Amino acid sequence: MQDFWRSYGLVLVVALLVAVLPFILPSTFYLRIAALVFIFSIAVLGLNLLMGFAGQVSLGHAGFFGIGAYAVAVAPTHFGVPVWLALLLGVIAAGLLALIIGRPILKLKGHYLAVATLGMGILLAMVFTNEARFTGGPDGMPVPRLVLFGWIARGSVTWYWISGVTLVLAVLLAVNLINSPTGRALRAIHDSEVAARVLGIDVARYKLIAFVLSAGYAALAGAYLALFDGLVTPATAGFMRSIEFVTMAVLGGLGSILGSVVGAALLTVLPQMLTVFHDYEHIALGLIMIIFMVFLRAGIVPSLAMLFRRRAS
Amino acid sequence: MPEFLQFLFSGLTIGAIYALVALGFTLIYNASDVINFAQGEFVMIGGMVTFFAMAAGIPLPFAALIALVTAIIIGLLLHVLAIEPARGASPVTLIIITIGASIFLRGVAAIVFDKNYHSYPGFAGSEPLQIGGATVLPQSLIVLAGTLLIVVALWLLMTRTMIGKAMTATATNRLAARLVGINTALIVGLSFGVSAAIGAIGGILVTPITLTNYDVGTLLALKGFAAAMLGGMGHPLGAVVGGLVVGLLESFGAGYISSAYKDAIAFLVILAVLFVMPQGLFGRADVERV
Repeated sequence: MQDFWRSYGLVLVVALLVAVLPFILPSTFYLRIAALVFIFSIAVLGLNLLMGFAGQVSLGHAGFFGIGAYAVAVAPTHFGVPVWLALLLGVIAAGLLALIIGRPILKLKGHYLAVATLGMGILLAMVFTNEARFTGGPDGMPVPRLVLFGWIARGSVTWYWISGVTLVLAVLLAVNLINSPTGRALRAIHDSEVAARVLGIDVARYKLIAFVLSAGYAALAGAYLALFDGLVTPATAGFMRSIEFVTMAVLGGLGSILGSVVGAALLTVLPQMLTVFHDYEHIALGLIMIIFMVFLRAGIVPSLAMLFRRRAS
Repeated sequence: MPEFLQFLFSGLTIGAIYALVALGFTLIYNASDVINFAQGEFVMIGGMVTFFAMAAGIPLPFAALIALVTAIIIGLLLHVLAIEPARGASPVTLIIITIGASIFLRGVAAIVFDKNYHSYPGFAGSEPLQIGGATVLPQSLIVLAGTLLIVVALWLLMTRTMIGKAMTATATNRLAARLVGINTALIVGLSFGVSAAIGAIGGILVTPITLTNYDVGTLLALKGFAAAMLGGMGHPLGAVVGGLVVGLLESFGAGYISSAYKDAIAFLVILAVLFVMPQGLFGRADVERV
């Protein structure tokens, strides 16, 4: 029973949060922000599986995010594909791309991997910007509504529930993965690649699994954001988005599932709150990032957990 | 042929700035293992402070000096206030701190100055020179000469002075450097100051050609980082070569293949090089201890 709580307590916490928030939040404006938090949490969760558990950096995840977002825009508009199928195709396409380029890219280590993924992200962003025939170029393009069995998904409340339920499922999948032999192999790779290989772990294969999975998470989140906004622009898949994802993952705490949600929430809610500072918005954001990282080095959730544990004992 | 020369000169000019940014990355990385993503902001500070000092009626040499000193002070403050307090944190935590610092510096620049593009006249006039049928701005030659001068000065500093040797020692092994009596905290701080100065000089030199704005640092940091990795991280010569190669690829790619995809061409080549040489052009394969 204790094992059950240790593994799935987190899933229940997130599920409870999703279920209760609509009764606490005063207006649909806040539900909209909450939906955005959930959507970004999905992408950051995937990235955290790659960075926090497998220990592989990616500065190009906005590229996968963009594939998901543009799939639901381009396929229905130009090829008459139903939106739900386009969403599925986008996730599969991102996973396939990760599978193909993963092998050579994941051979690189540390900062070299960072620059290779960065390059990949920039190449994808350039395709979205320049292939204006399909993508509408720098101005972007409108995204059709998601229709399931004649029911049209629109509005903040609907998307709150879609993204909230998906996040709970994403957390469930991540928790299951981490507690499986695959999860243990990933953590072994994180601690020492050589030691993991000596133990007989197929390092390249497990890194690839984490990479493909995180690409799928990012593409799903990208598709949701595009469908929710009804518009997609190259900024969706830009370099700054990749940096934002990494920042969310690190701020919340690498290797912490709850940290992914906290990091996504902080960097989504904070800019909304900081708009009252007008011109001083960026100064405040930069300062907060520095202060959090100096005082909570392991990320918000792991650092606070450590603090509580120390106080309890 | 004139076309070729034209692309060559513009590629070298922009490549020189990437090289300076990459050098800044390399110096700080060597001394402290930090990838400083606020490196591009030093270039921005160099250009912006010079412009606004000149607008206030200060003659160019003094305006440039003010910009240089400002950048160095900011570089030192960055180290003392943001990097040093987080000493011992993981590299990725330190990277996020420098990203936070770059957002902060951009925010400050947007308020202290403004959000417009600025430029000032070239140091040797703006009458273009004709070289082999290509038109070259005198400022381009100044950028190239300035870069060469910085590289030589840096080389002399690193190989001929005690400070440089202390920097090399700190880069090689921080603990061992401390044991022989080197004040490593001071050396790391110094590397931030020197990096800031190099970036600022790049900004001061290139602004008459490329213009400046509070936001130019992001793209420069990205290209400079890519250039440093292409050359092999931690390798000063690699950083310079990497910067020039990225600049040339962009220029020739834009001229002969597609201007819309010029960044793509540079990154494709970087990816191809890294697949064949995973440690960059000049990097050495290191052995991992278990």
